[in-house]
Formats: sequence, structure tokens, C-alpha cells
Amino acid sequence: MSKDISINVEHVTRVEGHGNIVLNVKDGRIEKIEWQVSEAPRFFEAMLRGRNYWELQPITSRICGICSIGHSLASLKATEDAFGIEISEQTYALRHLAINAENMQSHILHIGYLAAPDLFGVGSVFPLVNSHHRDALLKIVKLHRLANEMSDLICGRTTHPLTLVVGGFSKIPSERQLVELKGQLNDNKGTLREIAGAIKEVADRLPDFSRETEFIALSSDKEYALYEGVITSTDTGKHIDYRNYRDVLQEYIVPQSTAKYAKHARESYMVGALARFNINSRQLSSDALEIADLFELKPICYNPFMNTIAQIIEIMHNIDDSIDWIDFLLDRGLKDEKPVDFRVKEGRGVGLVEVPRGLLVHDYTFDEYGKCVKANCIIPTNQNHGNIQKDMEAFVPQILDKPEKEIELNLEMLVRAYDPCISCSTHYLNIEFIR
Amino acid sequence: MNKPRVAFFDFASCEGCELQIANLEEEILDLIEIVEVVSFREVMKEHSDDYDIAFVEGSIMRPMDEERLKRIRSNAKILVAFGACATIGGVNKIRNQWQPEEVLRDVYGDVDLKGNKFFDVFKTKAVDEVVKVDYYIYGCPPPRDEIKKVITALVMGKKPEIPNYPVCVECKKNENVCLFELGKFCLGPITRAGCNAICPSNGRACDGCRGILSEPDTKCVEDILKRYNLTYDELKHRFTIFNYRREEER
Repeated sequence: MSKDISINVEHVTRVEGHGNIVLNVKDGRIEKIEWQVSEAPRFFEAMLRGRNYWELQPITSRICGICSIGHSLASLKATEDAFGIEISEQTYALRHLAINAENMQSHILHIGYLAAPDLFGVGSVFPLVNSHHRDALLKIVKLHRLANEMSDLICGRTTHPLTLVVGGFSKIPSERQLVELKGQLNDNKGTLREIAGAIKEVADRLPDFSRETEFIALSSDKEYALYEGVITSTDTGKHIDYRNYRDVLQEYIVPQSTAKYAKHARESYMVGALARFNINSRQLSSDALEIADLFELKPICYNPFMNTIAQIIEIMHNIDDSIDWIDFLLDRGLKDEKPVDFRVKEGRGVGLVEVPRGLLVHDYTFDEYGKCVKANCIIPTNQNHGNIQKDMEAFVPQILDKPEKEIELNLEMLVRAYDPCISCSTHYLNIEFIR
Repeated sequence: MNKPRVAFFDFASCEGCELQIANLEEEILDLIEIVEVVSFREVMKEHSDDYDIAFVEGSIMRPMDEERLKRIRSNAKILVAFGACATIGGVNKIRNQWQPEEVLRDVYGDVDLKGNKFFDVFKTKAVDEVVKVDYYIYGCPPPRDEIKKVITALVMGKKPEIPNYPVCVECKKNENVCLFELGKFCLGPITRAGCNAICPSNGRACDGCRGILSEPDTKCVEDILKRYNLTYDELKHRFTIFNYRREEER
């Protein structure tokens, strides 16, 4: 097996943002494997300097088009933490609906539009339109539309939400609209099962690759944690002190990337749907667990390609959880309440949220007038870059005898499995180069 | 009739504008009936440099981005600036109030980044500060209806009609209570409409993401500032979320 391989995928397609894969093999010996991030930095940290507290949500929302609701919620939670604001029960419930809607939207986009073409053997969803997979594609579109309509209803808009404000909501849906939404959510559980069935038929194309690693996600006694929880690791358990999140999420710099990497107990860790599944699967709804059974997914699963499957499972949980929250809201009756009153004060606040790609942290320091003097964000994709690199290093030797094109496709699929949001990961960095 | 060949490109942005294409849902199927999408990195592996219409999302931050944009311009018959970052610079221009070296130092510390092309940044530019732009789709993000309207017009060889009247017109039609009455500072009176006043209709003041009107009614602005006891400095600050350049030119 003495062959030469030179793979240089500039700007991996069907991912959010710009990243490159480089693999050099000479005489069967691996000389270089690199996952590179080449996205332009956007300096969000500087942008927030001197901004009023109410401007932080609309600005940080623009870090990412896909997870703008998650950024907004992390931003509001950080601000509310700093000012000591307690949100109402109704706001708490509606924010759960918001985060569920985004998780569904982002996951179905990834499963259907970004990952599935590899499983169906095409370059994009467009060729599927006039193929025998048309039916499956239409179901994916239908579910994607439902998730977006739900975001429109709860957040005023699906990309860059409008109603999410410090201390509450600027506008809430009507009870009639919530009843309609509940009906649609119920109707679409069948749609999701059919999509899961179609993916199951081609799931054997997901490479059988495992590498032991650490998983980190929020966990909560109350629920399958998305909106809130305690930082939890498969290696070290719970870390209660959320303001010292840096003890766990330790970022560092590598020369080939304009985004940071991160590590904790080992040389890398993974966040996202698979990490959440591995840590919290016992709290999934019974219908979500049924989908896990369909794919025979059990914790702890060390195959990163199964992240896409964990996303399918999570969508079912998001639907069930949303129905529960709608019932809760309808039972107690919607109140036309204003955001809670509060006073700005000097200090620091930290907001933690599980967004589609994993754990997101916003950390702000305010002056006495409520102006932001310092900001830091830890983005899920940053936390995954190191794990992608380590996976590549372990995966390549296993597939080295395959044709070059297939190695390339396998490595692209590996990157896509993480559903990286690269623009996110470089939009907020505070790099210090190790020279 | 041959379908026009269409390509989508992204520069410094959140890629939320391109996401609006996916958010057309079932209508994507109609879209690909009338155009042939030949390049769209975010959703397809295939790529071609042979296209008629280029949609460009994002702001231009570096010499390497400028080069790439110029190549796109020379390949395209029609170039459309797509979204706030591309049309007016958007939030990316917030940092233009400082020198690039200052921002780099602020965010990256005292690290020598000389010679690293990824960090070779100048002050953020909108697309038309680098190449000629034929048409503009405004907004952060652009409304899906407007995207459809512009694409349909271009396919039919017509000039897309973009409103040049203030957001207030749409806001009044939606029967909203004026946000100034509710104590908020809204940029609706001077911002280009076309969004169906989506922010005021959701209880949020307009941030001006669609850009300032070509001829804003300055008398009206003065009246509003006076009536609600607001200052010109506050107005200037409101501009700096999406319209840093416009504010600077004033």
C-alpha cells in the first residue's frame, strides 16, 4: 500500500462558512492531515464595546443566520443574569418554544439539505427534485416550513428574531395560533417518522467509525436540557459553577485556523446533538426514543457520523416538548404581560444555552449605565474543531486504501456530520497566537 | 428559452440571506423551474464559473475578498448585492469607527499578524464600494417576497422595483401604534420600506437595516426629535447599528 494522495478541499461545500481539508500522503505515509478554518474574522467583540444593553441581542443575533434565536437567548440570559432579572413563567415557556423551533429548523436543514445528499449519492438536494427521492425531499421541506412558521409565530421572524427582548417578549402569539400550531406539530410527527424511515434505508452509507472522546452538554433534573442546565461532561460529571465555564471550556489556538479550538479532560471534546443524546437520552420523549431504537442508537455512542441521527431523534423530542409547553400555556391562559421591570447595574452576567450545534456561552460585563464594556462568546463549533481534527487523524488510516475521491468524500462527510457553523465560530474570537 | 444561470456567493456575513433561499420552502421547486442554480456553496457541491446572475451576500473585509469579488463581477452579466452586509455594510461597519489596527489589537491582543492574509483587514466595505452593483436586495435578512420578486423580474428581463418611501407607510397600513408614542426611538421615518414594517409590527423599533432613503425628509426628522424631546446624538447612535457609512457622510 504505497501510494500518494493529495487532497485539498478548499471551502468544503454544504456547511455554513468556509473551511478547508488538507491531506497529504506520500508512499503510503501520512504527512499532513489538517482541518483548516479560513473564514474572515468579523470582530464582534469590538462591535459590542460601548453598546447599550438592549442593542446586544440584535447585534449578536447577526453572528449567525441559522442559530440567531440561540444567540439571542444566550444574549438575553447573560444580560438578565447581570441585572438580576427574573423572567415570568410565561416568558420561560415561550422561550422553550423558541429554542425548540430553532433546533428543529436547523436540524432538518442539516439532515435534509446538507447531509442527506451524501447518503442519496448526489451533490445537492436539487437533483432529488426529479428523482424517486422527491417524496422524501418534499417531506423534509414540509417539516422545515413548519419549524420556520413556528419561529415566525413565536419570535416574529425565523432569521434574526424580533420579539425576544430583555425581561420578556415584545409580542406574543394568540391562544388560537398556539392551538393551530399544536395541531400542526401533531400532524407532522408522522412526517418526521417517514423522513426517519427514508434516512434509515440509506443509513448504512454512514461510515462505521468510532473514536473515544469526551462529550459535554448542559443537563438538568427538570428536562432534556436546551434552554438551561448545568455544564456536564461524560468524563468528569457536573460543573455547577456556570460563571467559571472557562474551567471546563478551555480554548486554545492552532496556527491553521482563524477559529479557536477547545479541550477539557482530553485532547478534544464534542458538543452538539450526539453529546446531548449521550448525556441526557433518558429524558427524551418516548416517541423520540422510538426513533433512537430504529437506528439502534444507544448512549454512549462514539461514532461522530451518528450526530445526524441524534438530530432526527431530537426533532421528535422538540415536537413533543413543544406540545407540552403549548398545553401548559393554554391551561394557565396567555397573559398580555410587558417585559418585567428592572434596573441596570454594574456587573457581569453569563448566559448558557444549548443551540443546535452544542453549548453556547455569552458573557458580558456592564458599567453602571448598562453599557457593555466587555464581551466574550464561546461558540459550539469552536469546541468541535479540535474533535474534527482528532477524528480525521484516527479515521484516515482506516480508509487509506480507498480511492482518493472516496477518501475525500468520507472526510467531507465527517466535517458535515458535525454540522459546523464556521461563520459563527470565527465571528467572535479573541485570538492569542502561540508562537 | 434558456434558463438564466444563477450563482450565490458569500463574504463576511452570517449567511442568513442565503438561508432565506432555503426558507422559500416548496417555492424553491418553482424557483429552479425558472433558473438554473450553478453555484451555491452552502447547499451544493457542484460549482461553475459560467453564470449570468450573481447574488453576493456579505461585506468585503480583506484584499483577498476584493480579488474574489472582482472575479465574480467579471464572470457575471448581472450582479445583485444581497442583504444588509452587502448593500450597506450592515453590522460589519460598526467597527469602522475605529482603525483596523486598533480593532485587531483589541480583539487579538499584541500579536504580530503581519503577512497573514486571513487577518489583512481594511475598513469594512459594502459590495458597491468595490465593484459595480446592478441591483440591490435590502434587509437583514431580506424578506422572502422581495427575493422572489427580484428574481422573477430579472428572469423576465425587467428592472426590479424596490420601494423608496419610508417604513412608516407600511407601518401605518398595519395599524400599529407609533413607536415614538411608546417611548422608543424608531428609524422608520427615514428607512427604506419593503419589509412590511416587520420590526414595528412586532413591537420593536426599526434599526434601519434596509438603508436610509435616498432623499429622507429631514424636516420631518427635526419635528420628531423636537416633539419627543430626543437628541441628534441619539439619532446618530441609532444609525450606527446598520448604517455607519451613511451616518459618517452626513
